[in-house]
Amino acid sequence: MAAVVLSEPEKLYIVHGVQEDLRVDGRGCEDYRCAEVETDVVSNTSGSARVKLGNTDILVGVKAEMGTPKIEKPDEGYLEFCVDCSANATPEFEGRGGEELGTEITSTFYTVFSSENSVDLKSLCINPREHCWVLYVDVLLLVCGGNLFDAISIAVKAALFNTRIPKVRVLEDEEGSKEIELSDDPYDCIRLNVENVPLIVTLSKIGYRHVVDATLEEEACSLASLLVSVTSKGALTSIKKVGRGSLDPESIFEMMETGKKVGKALHVALQKILDEEESLGTSRQKVGFLG
Amino acid sequence: MAAVTMRLPVPRKPAVVNAPRGSEKHLVAPGDTITTDTGYMRGHGTYVEDDKLIASVAGVVERVNKLICVRALNTRYNGEVGDVVVGRITEVQQKRWKVETYSRLDSVLLLSSINLPGGELRRRSIEDELAMRDCLQEGDLISAEVQSVFTDGALSLHTRSLKYGKLSQGVLIQVSPSLVKRQKTHFHDLPCGASVILGNNGYIWIYPTSEQRDEETGGFITNLEPVSMSDREVISRVRNCIVALVTHKLMLFDTSVLYCYEASLPHQIKDILKPEVMEQIVLETQHRLLDLEG
Repeated sequence: MAAVVLSEPEKLYIVHGVQEDLRVDGRGCEDYRCAEVETDVVSNTSGSARVKLGNTDILVGVKAEMGTPKIEKPDEGYLEFCVDCSANATPEFEGRGGEELGTEITSTFYTVFSSENSVDLKSLCINPREHCWVLYVDVLLLVCGGNLFDAISIAVKAALFNTRIPKVRVLEDEEGSKEIELSDDPYDCIRLNVENVPLIVTLSKIGYRHVVDATLEEEACSLASLLVSVTSKGALTSIKKVGRGSLDPESIFEMMETGKKVGKALHVALQKILDEEESLGTSRQKVGFLG
Repeated sequence: MAAVTMRLPVPRKPAVVNAPRGSEKHLVAPGDTITTDTGYMRGHGTYVEDDKLIASVAGVVERVNKLICVRALNTRYNGEVGDVVVGRITEVQQKRWKVETYSRLDSVLLLSSINLPGGELRRRSIEDELAMRDCLQEGDLISAEVQSVFTDGALSLHTRSLKYGKLSQGVLIQVSPSLVKRQKTHFHDLPCGASVILGNNGYIWIYPTSEQRDEETGGFITNLEPVSMSDREVISRVRNCIVALVTHKLMLFDTSVLYCYEASLPHQIKDILKPEVMEQIVLETQHRLLDLEG
């Protein structure tokens, strides 16, 4: 992970600040930085989103392709995640440097989305045992500014909300062979229900308290973090602990409660912005990368 | 109470030039033709193609008699003798430290260029060499002055005055070196309660104004007491103001930081980083600075 080196007095300043609920940029321990969300930025994907959380910049593209269902789940489609840490973020990611971080993030997302209710996979089925929709979710890290997991999960949810899967019909021939027909209207598509898609909240332990949305400097002061994935109703779908340090059970409980509270607020804010963007419709001025 | 704000991105507005400047600067982008006159010598940042002088970097054209060069605006720090810099120690080597100052090469701080703790003046011995790490370790921040420039462009720093030395508690911000205005002094004690070091290399250090002024220690003893809440608020506010000024590409000097601080007082500290509040504060600062000039 792109880590920043700090001197001991700098770390002490940050730790004391967190104890008194006043972080370096004036935020409280449970405040997020200002986030910018935009969907439909990449034209040749089924859905895409770009999220800027402070310095962190994430781009997610979702492509829906036809595939065969998995043997153990014949009447469901599935999601495939791929995270690419671009060398644009930091020179350490050049070549194969970003692979370790990429695989860590990918496996975290597989765990988070492993819960059955996150995405309605049955709606992605076309023909049981033969055809289904596979959603390839590709994440691109453009700039690393701390708090990667939260930003990526916000972008994934926004991209899934923006995904439009074309409607297909299955026609049966006289001989029994099945043909798949795509509808002629390019706007005739199905949307995914993202109500239960979880968002990840990272809680970093600094001193005796924990903070959400840590910057790179705060991450350098924290020895242990807890990643909780929360749905919009406040249910936890997974927990993961990262970092060299240890967490005692009491602080884990406190962090989980904070995670649920903050997670619900995140969902509300994100849904509001996605609905606002949708209501603007075609009159929305696309900003993209050159705006 | 958790506060989460999300917004839709807004396209950037082209910068509005408020006041007519005395001499218009000739700004070029890479590929722009500077002149077709062949009588000029080409300097840094230019190249000749088809009898035309073309810029290779984005910046300001500077002309000295027959020499034309382009001074890039978004560039690494190019040090000059006498500049005040804030740097971070990256390596401890034999008889010297390597300091990162956002330049093309790591700067060098020789063991003979620092004040020994205790303030004695003597030749550096083997014991001093072995005790280097007790003085300055990897990750430590120092304020120093550029003593000389090596032939390869690396800077040689020194901390031989009592005002330079190791920095203790505070906040570091990294900005582009072109945004720091060259002034007589770079150490400012702002009347609002914080002190700031505007390093020429773009590293800005904000720290609480210490009460004691007598420092015979030469700046190597670090103060590890917790900073008071009121000082913290001032430091966070100054930090956010500097971030606001830098986002809107205003030059950083003590007056602009102070005016921005005063303009931000009606708002909460964490609200300063919201785009609309930032714009309003910076606009007010710009007006006050123009009134000061005019």
